[in-house]
Amino acid sequence: MTIFLLAILLMVAVAGTAVVFTRDPANQTVGVGFLGMVLAIMFMAFNEADVSLSQIVIGAVGLPLMILLALAKLRRDADVAEKEQNGKKR
Amino acid sequence: MNRPLREIFFFAGAIGFALLWTAVSVRLPGPADLRDRYSLAILARTFPERNITDTVSAVNFDYRGFDTVGEEFILFASVLGSMVLLRQAEEKNAKPLPDAITPGRDVGPSDAMRLWILAMVGVKIAFGIYIVDHGQLSPGGGFQGGVILASAALIIYLGHNFDTFKRIMTHPLVEIAEAAGAAGFVIVGMIAWFWHQPFLTNTLPMGKSNEMTSGGTIPIISASVGIEVAGGFVLLLFAFLQETLTVEEEH
Repeated sequence: MTIFLLAILLMVAVAGTAVVFTRDPANQTVGVGFLGMVLAIMFMAFNEADVSLSQIVIGAVGLPLMILLALAKLRRDADVAEKEQNGKKR
Repeated sequence: MNRPLREIFFFAGAIGFALLWTAVSVRLPGPADLRDRYSLAILARTFPERNITDTVSAVNFDYRGFDTVGEEFILFASVLGSMVLLRQAEEKNAKPLPDAITPGRDVGPSDAMRLWILAMVGVKIAFGIYIVDHGQLSPGGGFQGGVILASAALIIYLGHNFDTFKRIMTHPLVEIAEAAGAAGFVIVGMIAWFWHQPFLTNTLPMGKSNEMTSGGTIPIISASVGIEVAGGFVLLLFAFLQETLTVEEEH
């Protein structure tokens, strides 16, 4: 059991570090989702079923979704601005 | 300050922090022997006093219910704030982006995906309700179940067009649900005043243990939190999606 706990803690550390070292925000969002799932398993391993459920719904569903939507909005605004600039040049 | 000097500062601080942190954390008790007085008292009292089997729900919705009222209104206020910030474009003038009318750009969702999502919506709603109303018996409760219910509304967007999704998301019941859920918590708390007890005292009959009616006010508060969280998340998702997927119509 202790080995399992150590392994899951190590996975949290690795996943968290991976999120920090990912440079592209879209890829980073996938990493955050994975970190959320690993954290949920960690809470489950420490007998915290309620916290684990909250972590699944927020960390693995809610948070990545919000980040992705914000990224999509930013990218679209950038596209629109680029098109307007091209139009002016012509 | 130049770079080598900053690095010296950083590493000196980091080594000091690492030493102190290691010294502190080797003395921490392991997860199995967390036996502080608070958790022992709560564990010993929950079942005899409240007839419920999920101690976390008892702490959240009863023993420390007032904290949860605060959390509930943090969520309420943040949903309200996001709506105010994101709903700048007038809804009447907004039209879906060309590539947002059908998700997946040019190709619409396949029949298999539509059917699968249609089947999933029912399952998701049933599971969400189960998590909400069994919070006092097994892990779960209003917050977790509410988000599951809201994600049922979200997957409709995956399988159907934006108009269907918009029709469901802007239904007046969604806003009413959010407000009524937030109000319900406070109103249930005020029931105690009829028995001359402090706010949020659990004064209703405790019911039979291991049944859905056990716990007095706990299942009712859990349900109202579930309704509020589901409504709040649907509103939040719709505000975000509308902002991302629509453009203002040109006149």
